[in-house]
Amino acid sequence: VIDPIVYHVGDTGVLLEFGTAIDPAVFDAILALDAALAADPPPGVTETVPAYVTLLLVYDPLVTDAAAVAAEALRRVRTAGAAASSGRDHLVPICFDADLAPDLADAAARLGLNADAVIDAHLAAEYRVYMYGFAPGYAYMDGVPPALHLPRKAVPVRSRPVGTVMIAGGQCLITTLPMPTGWWVIGQTRVPVLRLDDPQPFLFQPGDRVRFARQSRASFDAGH
Amino acid sequence: MRTVLAIEAAGPLTTIQDEGRLGHLRHGVTRSGPIDRMAFSAVHAALGTPPGGAVVELSHGGIALRCLEGTAAFALAGGDFTAQLDGVRLGSWATGVLHVGSRLVVRDGPCSNWACLGFAGDLDCNRWLGSAATLALAGLGGGRLVAGDRLVIEAGAADMATRALPPPAVTTGPIRVVIGPQAHFFAPEALSALLADIFHAAPAFDRMGMVLDGPALVPLSVTMLSAPLLRGAIQVNGAGTPTVLLADHQTTAGYPRIATVISADLDRAAQLRPGTPLRFVAVTVAEAIAAARSAAAAQAGWLRQVAAGRLLVGPDSLADRLAGANLIDGVIDALGGGTR
Repeated sequence: VIDPIVYHVGDTGVLLEFGTAIDPAVFDAILALDAALAADPPPGVTETVPAYVTLLLVYDPLVTDAAAVAAEALRRVRTAGAAASSGRDHLVPICFDADLAPDLADAAARLGLNADAVIDAHLAAEYRVYMYGFAPGYAYMDGVPPALHLPRKAVPVRSRPVGTVMIAGGQCLITTLPMPTGWWVIGQTRVPVLRLDDPQPFLFQPGDRVRFARQSRASFDAGH
Repeated sequence: MRTVLAIEAAGPLTTIQDEGRLGHLRHGVTRSGPIDRMAFSAVHAALGTPPGGAVVELSHGGIALRCLEGTAAFALAGGDFTAQLDGVRLGSWATGVLHVGSRLVVRDGPCSNWACLGFAGDLDCNRWLGSAATLALAGLGGGRLVAGDRLVIEAGAADMATRALPPPAVTTGPIRVVIGPQAHFFAPEALSALLADIFHAAPAFDRMGMVLDGPALVPLSVTMLSAPLLRGAIQVNGAGTPTVLLADHQTTAGYPRIATVISADLDRAAQLRPGTPLRFVAVTVAEAIAAARSAAAAQAGWLRQVAAGRLLVGPDSLADRLAGANLIDGVIDALGGGTR
């Protein structure tokens, strides 16, 4: 059992931190606690939000208070245990043509690699969905090989279209909205992670596994 | 009754908002909803409409609209905008009725950034995940309103007097914050600067957040694993610029949050015009929760007054109308001058 550190988020949230580095076992513990809280929500807890090493409990301060929420969360940590790894597998086509991958050459230069080596390393890896965040449908995946780790840029830059595949540190994601980003754009896909008209609009769930497959420009341009 | 309104002009941040889109933070979908939640509640109390229903949220640039069909009772609340109905000036917190040909113009007042304009009846608009709240960056929900758009209100009611709403209590003083959750990403000097220095609301603001001008609060590191956050977070980028995150905030981010504005003070902070100076003061979580409860109780009492004015000026009873007029006169006196 991992004893999380409790941080307070104003008067509406308790943030439990289970570690400082991504660890599948830590994440399994977070998913187990998240499931336990969803199955039997404590009074006044309105939502929970899993992330890499944290779980946020959102509460209504008119109904409960921070001390009660934190105490109940810690009690559940001890009873929830850890869920076995689960999740579905996805294969996502990606096109690496230069105009779809404006940061690929710069990223390769900073990594001391050529662009093909970056592409090969990215395709060889398996990624795990750890959370949604930042904007609707942004599914954060871990699993970028260490040889491709780059820090985020200090300040976000120009907007990129939907389907942009980008990396920062060990994280990879596929954008669902055009917006500025501080991540490194290395390719693009046609796979919609967010399907607005679908009653279940979100393609991935936390815990799912994702691999990428190189796509030709002709296939990409055909909309596949 | 079906009512059709034509938008003749609208500021760039004019959107449809309801109480917000609940339960999808885990999918990266923020709540959205009105920036000034007390104003939003006042609109519904004044109209007698179900709390949480869709309204038009205004910001700088205001709105001008004309009634093309039907009639529509409306309520305007929030900040200090100026409103004119067919050339007659209304209070900035007021109700009235639009008839065919009526023109309502709301313009920026001397201060504030946000107001809500609601209509009796059902505002016909797009929904996503059960909510009409516009998530501006994604264009989801009821959407942004621009000149040329039409608003359709179904089952509208028009039994509404033109009246000023009782003014809400004005809260002043420093903006209260709870330190953290990522205060450990900052040197003690940055935390001292947050609580000792003067900041100013920067020209850059929208529904996602308001940027602050002031001392740079440079984090010790920006290599942080993305973690969930909530409305009110004071997030600091790698350059040390703080932003107070508002209704369309990101659900997670990898920039540290040095502190969180308490819920009782957040909406008044969001109303501060660019250039307005502000200070922060730290409180405990328990103090912040006590403030939230105290503010909710005070707001409930004031909303009863807002709703009582509507009942008192109903069309059926002259005695009620006189009683309502007296109530309103008192309010207008308290404001230091007539507004009609």
